[in-house]
This record gives sequence, C-alpha cells and structure tokens, in this order.
Amino acid sequence: MTEHLSAGGTAPRGAVPAVDESARVERVAAGTMTSSSPGVRRLLGGAAGRNLGLVIALVVLCLVGIVTAGERFASIDNLMTILRMAAVYGVLSIGMTFVITGGGIDLSIGSVLGLASVWASTLATQTMAQNTHWIVMVGVALAVGVACGLVNGVLIAYGKVVAFIATLAMMVAARGLAEMIANRQTQVVKVEPFLDFFRTDILGVSVLVWIFAAVAVAGWILLNRTTFGRRTLAVGGNPEAARLAGINVNRHTMYLYALAGLTAGIGAVMMLARTTAGSSTHGQLYELDAIAMVVVGGTLLVGGRGTIVGTVFGVLIFVTLTNVFTLNNLSISAQSVAKGAIIVVAVLLQQRIAARSRTP
Amino acid sequence: MVTVDPPSPPPPPLLQMRGIVKQFPGARALDGVDLEIRAGEVHCVLGQNGAGKSTLIKVLAGAHQPDEGEILLDGVPVTIASPVAALRLGVATMYQELDVVDGLSVAENIFLGHELSTAGFSRRRAAVHRTRDLLNRLGHGDISPHREVGRLSAAGKQIISMARALSRNARVIIMDEPSAVLDAGEVANLFRVVRELTASGVAVVYISHRLDEIRQIGDRITVLKDGRTVGCGLAVAQTPTADLIRLMTGRTVEHAFPLRPVIAPDAPQLLRVEALALKGVFADVSFEVRAGEVVGLAGLVGSGRSEILETVFGSRRATSGRVVVAGDRLRPGSVAAAVDAGMGLCPEERKSQGLLLDEPVYRNVTLSTFARFARASFLDEARERSAATMQIDALDLRPSDPDRQARTLSGGNQQKVLLARWLVHGCTVLLLDEPTRGVDVGARAEIYALIRDLSARGAAVVVVSSEIEEVLGLSDRVLVISEGRVVHTGPSAEIDEHRVLDLVMEGSAA
Repeated sequence: MTEHLSAGGTAPRGAVPAVDESARVERVAAGTMTSSSPGVRRLLGGAAGRNLGLVIALVVLCLVGIVTAGERFASIDNLMTILRMAAVYGVLSIGMTFVITGGGIDLSIGSVLGLASVWASTLATQTMAQNTHWIVMVGVALAVGVACGLVNGVLIAYGKVVAFIATLAMMVAARGLAEMIANRQTQVVKVEPFLDFFRTDILGVSVLVWIFAAVAVAGWILLNRTTFGRRTLAVGGNPEAARLAGINVNRHTMYLYALAGLTAGIGAVMMLARTTAGSSTHGQLYELDAIAMVVVGGTLLVGGRGTIVGTVFGVLIFVTLTNVFTLNNLSISAQSVAKGAIIVVAVLLQQRIAARSRTP
Repeated sequence: MVTVDPPSPPPPPLLQMRGIVKQFPGARALDGVDLEIRAGEVHCVLGQNGAGKSTLIKVLAGAHQPDEGEILLDGVPVTIASPVAALRLGVATMYQELDVVDGLSVAENIFLGHELSTAGFSRRRAAVHRTRDLLNRLGHGDISPHREVGRLSAAGKQIISMARALSRNARVIIMDEPSAVLDAGEVANLFRVVRELTASGVAVVYISHRLDEIRQIGDRITVLKDGRTVGCGLAVAQTPTADLIRLMTGRTVEHAFPLRPVIAPDAPQLLRVEALALKGVFADVSFEVRAGEVVGLAGLVGSGRSEILETVFGSRRATSGRVVVAGDRLRPGSVAAAVDAGMGLCPEERKSQGLLLDEPVYRNVTLSTFARFARASFLDEARERSAATMQIDALDLRPSDPDRQARTLSGGNQQKVLLARWLVHGCTVLLLDEPTRGVDVGARAEIYALIRDLSARGAAVVVVSSEIEEVLGLSDRVLVISEGRVVHTGPSAEIDEHRVLDLVMEGSAA
C-alpha cells in the first residue's frame, strides 16, 4: 500500500510521510489547502477556506487573462466591463441561491426577466412613466417578476407540482407571453430620465454594478442573519423536521420562488437600462447560467447549505472566463466547452467536500 | 424430476449463518446472528423493527458484507460479495418495495440483468416462452408475458418478482414482508405459491411480523432481538405464540424504571383528545393527560399508535374529533397551532423527521424557537446559543458542545436534542414516539429518568413504544391499541405485558 502511495511522489519508499503527502494533495485538490501554521489552518477551515478554491480559480483566470491579453485585460475599463456584465447574472444568481438552498430549482427566471422587460417597456407603461415618473417602469418590472414567482411558488408549495416541472412550464409560458405582448418586436425605451439614472456612475462605477452589490449584500444578510435565512436552511435541509418544528414550510417555499421572481424583475430593469430596449428575447438561458454559477459557488443542489459569497465568486469566474475568451477572439462555442468543464470540476470537488464532512 | 425431500433422514442445512456481526458507524446492527435454513422449508424470521431483520436480508443478498461470522451453502463456506454473487449462488431476494421496472414488459422484467441473447441480440421469443413456463409454474398462466408491469396489481408484481427469482434457478428465496401489500385473497394465493415452491425443494425465508401468517405458512422460526438470534429454528407447530412474543419483546437487560410519583388530584388537565379519528387508520380515540402524568400507548406495529400521536400533533389531519390543549381547541391539521399551544412531538425517525444533521446542535435545539430569540427578524445567535446551552447542560448532552454537527451524536443524545428543542420552547405537552429506538441500553435508563423528571416538573407526556414493557414501566396510565381502536384504558400498575398482549390479540381477532 505504501509502495503504491509513494510511487509517484518524492517521499521515501515505504515511509509514513507518503500517506501524509497523498492526503495533503487531496486537500489541495479539494480547495482547502492546509498549512503548517495553526493560525492559517484555522483561517482556511472557516469561511475563507471554503472559498479558497474559488479565489484560486479566479486568480488563475486573471493571470491567464493578463498573460494572453495583457493590458486589454488588465485595465480599469475592462474591469468595469466585466462587472457590468456580471451585474444581471449576479442579481439572478442571488435569487437562485435562495431557491436552491431551500431545496428547489427555478428554471423560469430567464423567461420571467424577458417578460418583465417587455411589460415594463410597453407603450402604455412608457406613456404612464413619462406622465408621472420613470419609477413606474421599475415597479411594473418588479411586480411582474414577483407575480410570476408567486405563481411558481403556489404551484410548487400548495399544488405539490415538482419544482422542475412547474418552473419549466413558467419558462415556456412566460417567454410566449412576452412574445405576444411585444409582438416579437424590440421595444425601445424612450423614457430619458430612466436611462439617465441607470447611465450614471457613482464613484466611477456603474449604477448597475452598485445594484448587484446591494442585492448581494442584502442577500448575504438575509441568508445568514435573519429568520428568513434560517428557515431557508431548515426547509432545504430537512423539510419534514422543519414542518414538525412548527415552521410553515409551504409558505416559506412560496416566498422563496417569489424572491427569485423579484430578482428576475430587478434583472429586467437592469437589462432595460443596459440595452435601452425591452425584448422578449432578453434573458434567454440565463436561468441555466445562474444555476451553474450558484453550484460552482458551492451551494449544495440538494439544499440545506448555501453561500452568497460563493455565488458572487461563481458569477465572477464565469463572466471573467467569457471576457478572457472574448479578448482572445475565441469562439462562443469554446467558451461553452470551458464552462461545462468548470461545472463538472466544481461539482466533483463539492461532492468530495460533502463526503468528507459526513465521515466523523 | 423434482423430488420432495423425505423428512426421515435429516438433510444437511442448505444455508447456514453463524455468528454474523455487522457494525455500522454508531450502531451494531447484527451482533451474532445464527440462521439455519433447510431445503424445502418455509423459514420465518421474526423480530421487531430494528431487531436487524433487514440488515440480515441485505447480508444474505450480498448488499452488505458481514464484519464477522460465516455463511455456509451446502456446508461449504461462501462469501457473498455482491447481489450478483448472491444470485449466482442461488439466493434471490424479493424486497418489500418491489424492485420491478414499471415501464417494461413482464418478460423483460423477469430476465432483467440476465437477458437471453445471441451475439448481442435479445432472444425475445425465447424469453417470452420461458416466462410463460415460469408463470405457469407459479400458477399464474393468466398473466401475459407482454403485459406492461406497471399495469399489474401489487400482487401481480410480486408474482413477477418471484418468477424472476425462479428464472435465476434460486434455491433460497428471501421474501421481505411479502404480505404487506396484499389483501386476504392475494395472501392466500401467495401461500399457495410458496407451498408449491417449497414442494419443489426451494427454501423460502419469510420475513413478517404477522404472527397469524407465520402460523399458517411457516415450518420453523428464527427470532431476532437487538441484532441477536434469541430463538433459532423453533418448530412453528410446537412454539406457542406467547413464547414467540416473549422472545421478540423480552429484554436482555432489566431496566429500572423510575418510580411513579403520586399525581396531585388537582393537577390541571393539559391535553384532552376527544373521539379522534383518522379514516382507515384509527377511530374513536379519547384520552386526557394531566400535568405530571405520563400516558402510554401500547400496541403492535401497525396498530395505529404512531398515527394517533401524529394526528394529535396536527401533522396528519383528523377526519373527526377534537384535540384540546390547556382548555383551547386546536385547529385541526396544523402543526404550527399545536406548537404554539405548547405541544411538541419527538418523532419516531429522528434523523429523517427530527434533525438537520449537518447543522450544529444549538441550531437544532432552537429550530422551533429561533424566531422568538430574533429581534425584528434578525437572528440573535448569542441568545439562541445560550438558551440551547442551558438545556444541553440540563439534559447532560454528551459531548456538550453546542457547535457540534448533529450527525455525529449518538441516538440517545440526538433524542436529547429533540427534547431540548421542546424544553427551550417551553412545551407543556410532550408526545414521544419510540423515545428509545436506536438508543443503546445504557442511555435508555437516562432517557427514562429524563421523561419522568419532565413530567414531575409539570409536563403532560404521551409515550408510544413497540416495547410493551417500556410503555408499562414508564407510564401512569396505559391505552392498549389494537387495529386502530382503544381496547383497554387503565393504570399501568394494574396490567402486565401478557395481559396487554392478550388484549391486543383479542382485538385483532375480533
């Protein structure tokens, strides 16, 4: 056995350290490298350790970007481009983190985003916004998002429809409704104050990025510091135990999908601002990207454990990857292959970590 | 061609298990099991839930590897390394949840995993032909080999499962509670098939806890208790039912149950259940519990005991009847209402129904109260932790670390976590379903003392247990449940285990 372990390593044949070496290599692979210093080890065992793998992945990506694209990558402008791209995905992923942590899945948020963007940019809505205030458009988008989320939530929590199916149905139906409303045409936003507001920079950073940051911070607080977050963990971790402890599991499940719908509504507003138009094609396949970002971030797909910080890293990794590929003139197809690989590697690592935490 | 073994010269046992030990993390599922199966007999394995029956089956089926002990087939030691190896040795298993594929045809199901084929092409006609033979042999020539299995009844699926075992030329067929999904007529047919099988020399290992069935079909019985064989190869005809029950429930260790204190005559009535019924499960259940009193529900598995507790708690919605806690009628079918009224249930399956296994102990303790400690929806983990720690210390949880993962605790300590949850909540009515299931012997006495202590401090406690001695020893008054009806109510001190069993038997005969 020792022979096998030391075969590829530098440790002396048959010596005990060979075992240590292989164990350490595995820990490095799992993204929680240990160090000889107990202080560092404690730090890595905590929150920083859990996200260390993600930090390393992001750093490696950035190094690749710097080496291959040089200043085109390592510039403030490009950083802002990355962050602006990350913003919409980021907001959706925060909502998705809650749904997945609560033991569910939402395939509809991309379509709901499209529907909300269309509804908020119809002639009627824009006219009303022009006559009153641009905030009307925001209100409409958020209301559409929450309403769709509530429909999902009611179907899943009270109708006992499997989340995958209920949200798949919403994904198809919301997209269709968006096409009907928009008549398959792009609806240009003409409410200048709306565009002006979202075009401004605060401290040199786009409002869109600030919105992402605000949603992320709010999401972190909600998940980690409030009763809502604790219920989410309980409902996702063991719904039966939560129910028998007196938690209203159905109602909470409904809220989770409403929350995901709300983030889709926020995403729709951001999309309207970024593209200056509403379109039934907005947000296509965003739900799958969001799920991938959440899972890569370390949230367990089976529910019960979720991390907002991880999700933010997941978003940044995916968007940076896209950016590096684009700067190197690599095809979208190549990006997709790389993304697929990242998802698989991340899930494999997750399973290892989960398996290890289970053995006492 | 097939000869029936004459009973005169005792044939060597077909299959023997000696001293089988299977250790799981934190629990010894099998602790020295002996089993001896002869060709052509129906060998019944009897035991309560948790006695080790299913682990034993899995060892025989090759799904688990024993840590100690040996298995002999025809007197030759064998290793059953995998389910495939078991089939190759002629040991086939019919699991309780029938393992047929609904979308496939009868013939496809029977030859699943050993499809008849020539050069990779399946020989469908041959499979159909042999399926017909097998079904005829089982007396079910009426089932078409082309029929989709999903459209068969549970009994039909069982026949398919059996035909599959025969298609493997099984010499030993293990049937795990085969009658659980069948009605009376179907059971009679099952027995007919079993008799035909044994007549052709196949040995059937029949797992059940329905004693009347075992009387009808069994030749010999092996009784398991706490992972040990307590009765090996007893002849059915010569073993009275009372002996079997004593073997199944009899304690290996005598427990000192805490003394029953005298309950003050003016103690307030905390829980009153009036004519509660759940359609098809139980009916007309009425009882009341005063502060300081422990009421036990005794009965066999499947008598409706656990369902009564769950319905009182609102986890199942009663068809009729009322539950009154401290004078207020509870909204039916609402766990939240029950919890708000000060009622707490410690469920039978702690891991799947009670705990967040990956979360720290303190969060499990405060699962029903974290919102109360929160300020304006913001969690106050410091207050949560200190409230939890107080109960953890009071209940002497070991280890007493509130940040430890619940998964790592022993059964007894997990039970304490659930008790602590309701104590932090301030519950005055505690419903305990199998409070010592999976709790090792040493920790049981501790749980008993704890329950008594809680009632002495003014709680009203309802205990359900499949161990009759435990119910009687713990409670002040006992309700004997049989087939969903209360057949006796009275002080526990005035009734013994045998009388309870008589009542249960009378009730199920009626």
